[in-house]
Amino acid sequence: MAYRTEGFTALADPTRRAIFERLAERPSAVGELAEELPVSRPAVSQHLKVLKEAELVIDEPDGTRRIYRVDPEGVDALRAYLDQFWNQALAAFKRVVEQKEEDHS
Amino acid sequence: MNVQAPATSVTKSITVEAPIERAFQVFTEEMQTWWPPEHHLLDAPLAEMVVEPRGGGDIYDLGTDGSKCRWARVLRYEPPTLFVFSWDIDLQWQIETDLERTSEVAITFTPEGDARTRVDLEHRNLDRHGDGWEKLREAVGGPDGWGLGLGRFAQTAAA
Repeated sequence: MAYRTEGFTALADPTRRAIFERLAERPSAVGELAEELPVSRPAVSQHLKVLKEAELVIDEPDGTRRIYRVDPEGVDALRAYLDQFWNQALAAFKRVVEQKEEDHS
Repeated sequence: MNVQAPATSVTKSITVEAPIERAFQVFTEEMQTWWPPEHHLLDAPLAEMVVEPRGGGDIYDLGTDGSKCRWARVLRYEPPTLFVFSWDIDLQWQIETDLERTSEVAITFTPEGDARTRVDLEHRNLDRHGDGWEKLREAVGGPDGWGLGLGRFAQTAAA
């Protein structure tokens, strides 16, 4: 189960999450991701390295470049995605409910 | 991080500094105030999120253009301790009409003193999403797979 934890941790970073989402949409090369996101090419490479180590994405050569895609043998993507979704939702819930509590008191 | 959870569930637990009644109310009646605003299936901008406060009720989004998207059913509504709703969204992030193929989200509220509440959430039965779930490993990288739907979801999120 250790790889799952790594997968979720990797997706906790919003930029990596954005990269993961775009790769789920379509396999892409580093340059394509860097064009679509407000992140430098070296930063994209670094994020991809983390996602790859977390077994969330894989890469394969395509001529002189490498194409990255969501790892079909890796973590269950739906589960990984919902995990981060609920993290985000519950964090927002906590903020709202505690803010309202302050307003009340 | 709960690594003991079955592989077909996602579980979360948080503690909020609020009484249990308030936590339940904000989670249910005031869902719109905290639900990630980009996570809606409507084409139009969101006008309102409605949670009908009873078992058998619906959860739906209303768009500013009058469109309506019912994406969940309230399965249990037992304030202030239990709220369970179905997740009628398929692996292409479209509304799932076959109720046998929907997962569910159960939220339990537990008081920890007068002004603190633990909230435990389990999104379970993910395998009920059916073939898409079972074939996810092959499909996720393919052009017609869940990956495409996730991408659509991501586009909505980015919009």
